[in-house]
Amino acid sequence: MTNSNLILIEQICRHYEVEPDFIVSLNSYGLIEIIELEQNKYLKLQEMTMIEKMIRMHYDLQINIEGIDDISHLLNKIENLQFELQSVQNRLRIYDAE
Amino acid sequence: MDFIDYYKILEIQKSATEAEIKKAYRKLARKYHPDLNPNDKTAEAKFKSINEANEVLSNVENRKKYDKYGKDWKHADEFEKAGGQPRGGGGQQQQSGGFAGGGFGGDFSDSGDFSDFFNSMYGGQGGGGRQSAKYRGQDLNAEFQLNLKSAFTTHKQTLTVNGKNIRITIPAGVENGQIIKIPNHGSPGANGGPNGDLYITFNIANDPKFKRDKSNLYSTHDLDLYTALLGGEVVVDTFDGQVKVKVAPETQSGTKVKLKGKGFPVYKKADQFGDLYITFNVKLPTNLSDKQKELFREISKL
Repeated sequence: MTNSNLILIEQICRHYEVEPDFIVSLNSYGLIEIIELEQNKYLKLQEMTMIEKMIRMHYDLQINIEGIDDISHLLNKIENLQFELQSVQNRLRIYDAE
Repeated sequence: MDFIDYYKILEIQKSATEAEIKKAYRKLARKYHPDLNPNDKTAEAKFKSINEANEVLSNVENRKKYDKYGKDWKHADEFEKAGGQPRGGGGQQQQSGGFAGGGFGGDFSDSGDFSDFFNSMYGGQGGGGRQSAKYRGQDLNAEFQLNLKSAFTTHKQTLTVNGKNIRITIPAGVENGQIIKIPNHGSPGANGGPNGDLYITFNIANDPKFKRDKSNLYSTHDLDLYTALLGGEVVVDTFDGQVKVKVAPETQSGTKVKLKGKGFPVYKKADQFGDLYITFNVKLPTNLSDKQKELFREISKL
């Protein structure tokens, strides 16, 4: 993995004005993955959208980490169900009247 | 702009205290927050309206103006200066108290269906206690209509999103309802934050001739009685042009034949195609001549 795919946690905390402990907590719940390189801690750039969402949940909606964990699982389920629903709807189109 | 009853939106009485407003707002915002309601446009619209209502009612001055002037509350200062009431507006009870409540942030894809006050205040951003932070721009959602034939080949298309032309490549085999992300083509970030992303949902219209299930295609081909009975060859349409198909003697109506590799391209797998299934529909001849009828009678006696 190259450094261009990573973003310093310090930078994220400064940018979003969040506590580093919050990021550490997310990691301890397995919600994100902290990568350590040469004594620096990073997050994957591709996870930023998800992290931003968790920041909003915590700081704007005042949801605690346990809540974010539960919600993340449920949102994943919803996403899978939505995908499945779309696939089924696409299959049903075969039987649509012309 | 039509009058919007902010009290009704927050499901509170006009006499609600600031604590009641805050409580109602928190409850509804959690319920309808876009992060917690993915792909739910109704929740998104509701969330916007809740934020707008809160922004007005949680601010003492704004609430006073709103109570007095109703939908024209934004022009309250002008009315006050003119020393009068707006035409057809106002007359509502005055309230006191209030608080400066923080707004919720989020990614809002559509800002066209609520009053422009909200847009000017939020522009899709917000965030209690973090207003000075740099914010990533809001993600935008767009829908793109395609017909099945267009989804058969990889091609480029120009989209206009928020007045900007974006040229995108539509890969062959894209599915109906599939969403592709175009990074950095959403709304610009605030306070120097990065741009949001653009999400395009493909809506693929049904084709009158072909039905699709993932990479397989299905179509029906009419077969005349004589070819069905005696066998022969028919020419069938595919997206790739016409192909000849052998028909076995005594083919029944409803018989399916598979044309391998003549289906739809597999998404992002170059040179891989599904199959085309042809269902034969045997058509009986009509308007028979006397001689034909006689011959059929003879056959029936054999």
